[in-house]
This record gives sequence, structure tokens and C-alpha cells, in this order.
Amino acid sequence: MDVLLQTLVAGLLKGGLYALIGIGMTLIMGVMGIINLAHGQMMMVAMYLTFVLFTFLGLDPYFSLLLTMPALFLLGAAVQRWALNPLLKVESLLPQNQVLMTVGIGMVLTEVMRFIFSSNYQSLKTGYSDATFFLGQISFSVPLTIAFLVACLFTSLMFWFLLKTDLGRSIRAVAQDAEAAQLMGVNAERIRTITMGLGAALVAAAGTLLLPVYYLFPDIGKPFTTKAFIITILGGLGSTVGAILGGVTLGLAEALGSTFLGMQYEDLVGLVIFILVLLFLPGGFKRLTKV
Amino acid sequence: MPTTKQEAVLRVEGIDVAYGDVQVLWEVSFEVRAGEILVLVGANGAGKSTTLKTISALLSPSAGRIVFQGQPIQALKPYEILALGVAQVPEGRRLFGEMTVEENLLMGSLSPHAKAKRKQTMDWVYELFPRLRERRRQPAGTMSGGEQQMAAIGRGLMALPKLLMFDEPSLGLSPLLTEHIFELIKKVNAEGLTVLLVEQNVHHTLAMCDRAYVLENGRIVLTGSGQELLANPHVREAYLGV
Repeated sequence: MDVLLQTLVAGLLKGGLYALIGIGMTLIMGVMGIINLAHGQMMMVAMYLTFVLFTFLGLDPYFSLLLTMPALFLLGAAVQRWALNPLLKVESLLPQNQVLMTVGIGMVLTEVMRFIFSSNYQSLKTGYSDATFFLGQISFSVPLTIAFLVACLFTSLMFWFLLKTDLGRSIRAVAQDAEAAQLMGVNAERIRTITMGLGAALVAAAGTLLLPVYYLFPDIGKPFTTKAFIITILGGLGSTVGAILGGVTLGLAEALGSTFLGMQYEDLVGLVIFILVLLFLPGGFKRLTKV
Repeated sequence: MPTTKQEAVLRVEGIDVAYGDVQVLWEVSFEVRAGEILVLVGANGAGKSTTLKTISALLSPSAGRIVFQGQPIQALKPYEILALGVAQVPEGRRLFGEMTVEENLLMGSLSPHAKAKRKQTMDWVYELFPRLRERRRQPAGTMSGGEQQMAAIGRGLMALPKLLMFDEPSLGLSPLLTEHIFELIKKVNAEGLTVLLVEQNVHHTLAMCDRAYVLENGRIVLTGSGQELLANPHVREAYLGV
């Protein structure tokens, strides 16, 4: 019983971070209509940034959130502004072809990081990396719990932003009907740029929060792009609440898989759930909500 | 017609518009005068919606000019057109279906001048459409067609436009609801709003408008007062079936 509970707690904590990754991806999906296949690579860049700030400036990862999120916002916005928006103006290209550009951007980011940092594994050891506390018989990793709480905070802020501000409503409007949004005076191009920036900033937060308990090398982006993709599909493309459910589902599935089937099956369980959802609930968890 | 309605607020001057290689509008010219209801009638595919989309800057003309209050606007962006005071109630309503009615109305008032008076305008819209106030927390996509059209018009009014363009507001509505919607358009026009109305419902709209143009295959073929066009043999034969 305790093992099960312990596993659920671990899965839930990881699910919070996954939700953060998924929300960024699903926002981009909703507004741009494409899967951002550089999503994990953007997270990887944020992790290296956190690593550098810690190693050379001694900045605590939680403090460096204040730097990595704006930095990745700028990176994401720049990618949209100068690499993706121009593609939309080429009539002979289908909008979906932007996906190919994101694949290329992901490769460039990976290779640039390899060039600077080599392929070696890096990790960042803080005083609290291995700290735990207990509630009853259940142990909680301190950094993962903090990460979970911060993820919840950013998720709530994101909801408030999307539901209560003009800019947030404009993002939802472009996602629902870009042409009608333009008729309301929304600058759709600007919204796309901001959305990509926000998506990148959210995944940057996930990367920075994860680094104290994880390791880092240039190719780490790709598996996270895959995870983000799975989360987004589980939740239903473009749905924010869906992405949270998808993230938590994937976190729990991986935790249950590694506890009861063995560490090596961790990813397998996630993929099996992914296929089951595609077969039996092709719309994902989206139907349950309006955002 | 009172003589005060003579000043042109919008002049469309010989615009050509094409989708890719397919030209849809040829040298379309017309003007909308301050305070009037101007109607653009024509069959399906005549280019009516294209004309409105071009004015709203979703499309750009390959030739010709569009002048609003003396200023050329054909090279502006859609949000700049809104800020100048030209709004559109698009064909098929195009509400944000997953947003509530109130959120849709808020989306209508993004221009700085409209945002400043957002609260008052919303009260006014709710007065015009009490039904919208009842439904303000409901997702727009779940309402009936007539209610959606009211919400779309309300959203257009939220922009506090000087010129409001309606694209086929009667589309998909029962005759009774159509009547109601046209009454509302007349009412907001009487409160000083200049209206450009695009319709297939020729008989009804010609009877309620000040002036009208007939668009056929992308060209303006006829113009006159509503009454003149109602009496015109070509209009009677082609559009009224008499």
C-alpha cells in the first residue's frame, strides 16, 4: 500500500512538471496549428543556461528562473518572428510546413550546445538535490515538491492570464478563429510571436526546475519533445486543461511502470497509454473543458 | 433623403482583388455616405464578402484605392482599420464559440478608443439585446442562430465604429428573426451609425436602405436608391423573380 502511495506521489510530482511542458506545447499548437518539434530542445537550452548560471555565477536554480524564462521567451519569440512567420507569407507553402522548420531549429539548438558544452553529461548538485521530507510513511523529494508547487503556480497564472486579460483572450481568439480575431482588431502576427515566446518560457521553467534532480547533455531535448507531444495528444490538441491532465497522466503512468514493471519499462508505459488514448479517445481529454 | 447625408465617409475607388490567380473583383467603385444605410446586393459568388474583406484589410487590392474619411487605407493592417472606426460583423457570425457571450463582447472592444468606454458600451449593447445579458456567461457556440447573430452584432457595436459593415446578417435565420435583425440595424443606424450592408435578401434590404449597388460577377452593374432599384426591370427579373 505504501509502495503504491509512494509511487503515486512521485508520479504526481513529475506530472506537474510534465503539465508545464505540455501547456507550452498545446498553446503553440492551438494558436499556430503546428506541433513545435523544437520544444524539448528549447527546454534543453534553458537547462544549459541554468547550469551556466549556477556553475559560473553560483546562482540558485530557483532564482535563475527569473533569467531563464525571459531569455527563452525572447528565443521563442525570435524564432517565431524571423523563422516561422515569414513561412506563413509564402503562398505555395502549407502552414503545416512550419513543422519542418521547427525540426531544423531543434537540430541547430542541439548542435550549438554540443559545440559549446561537448556531449558530456553534466549535472548540477545543490545542497537540496537529494533532500527529502516525510509525510507519514511517504517520502517527498524537496526539489521535486518545490518544482511541483512552482509548476502549479505558473499553471494558475497562465489560466488567469488566458481567461481574464485582453491579451490572453486574444490568444484564445486566434486559436479558435484567426480571421475573425483579426476582424476584431487582433494583430495575429504579434499574437503568434508572443505565444511562441510564452510556450518557450513555460518549458524553460520546467527545464530549470528539473535540473537539480536530473542530468544534462545536448541530446536530452529530443525525448522531452516526444513527451511533450504525447502529453499534448493525451490532452487533446490545443487544450490547456487537457495538457494538465495529460501531463499528470504521463507522470503517473511512468511512475507506476517503473515501480511495478521495472525501470526499463518507464517510457514504454507512457507510450502504451498514448496508443490506447489514440485508439479509444482520439480527441484526448479536451472535451471536458473550454480552454 | 435629408441632404445632410451627402458626405462620403468611405470611398472604394476601382479596386481589383484576386485570390491567387483568380480575379474576383474588377474595378469595383462605390461610396458610403455619412449616416446612411448603403446596401450591396448580389448573388452568391458575386464578390460581396470579398469586397468587405478587402475593406477590412484581410485581403489587399491589386489595383485601386480605398479611402476612409479622406485617408487611403488599402495598405493598412486589419487592426489599424479597426482603430480608425471601421468594423465588420462577418458572414456566418464567426463568434468565438468556446468563449462566453461576454468574452466575445470584450473581444469586440480591443481598439484603444473602444476599450476606454468598454463598460458603457456593453451596458448599451445589453440594453439593445436583453437576451445577451441573460446569456452572458454561456459559451457563444451553444446559443441558437438568432442569438448568435445578436451576439455578433453586439460584438461589432462594441468596437464603437463609425462605419459598421454587415455581411449577410440574415443568413440561416427564419423570416421572423431576419425581420428582427433588420429592425435592429435600422435602429442603430438611426442612432447615428453609418451602415454598409451586404445581402442576398434583395427585396427586404432594398426596401430599407438609402442607396444600393448591384454587384454581378465582380463588377458593379447598377446603382440607385433602394426604391429605384426595386423598380428596375433587371433587378426585378434577376433578383426578385417577378
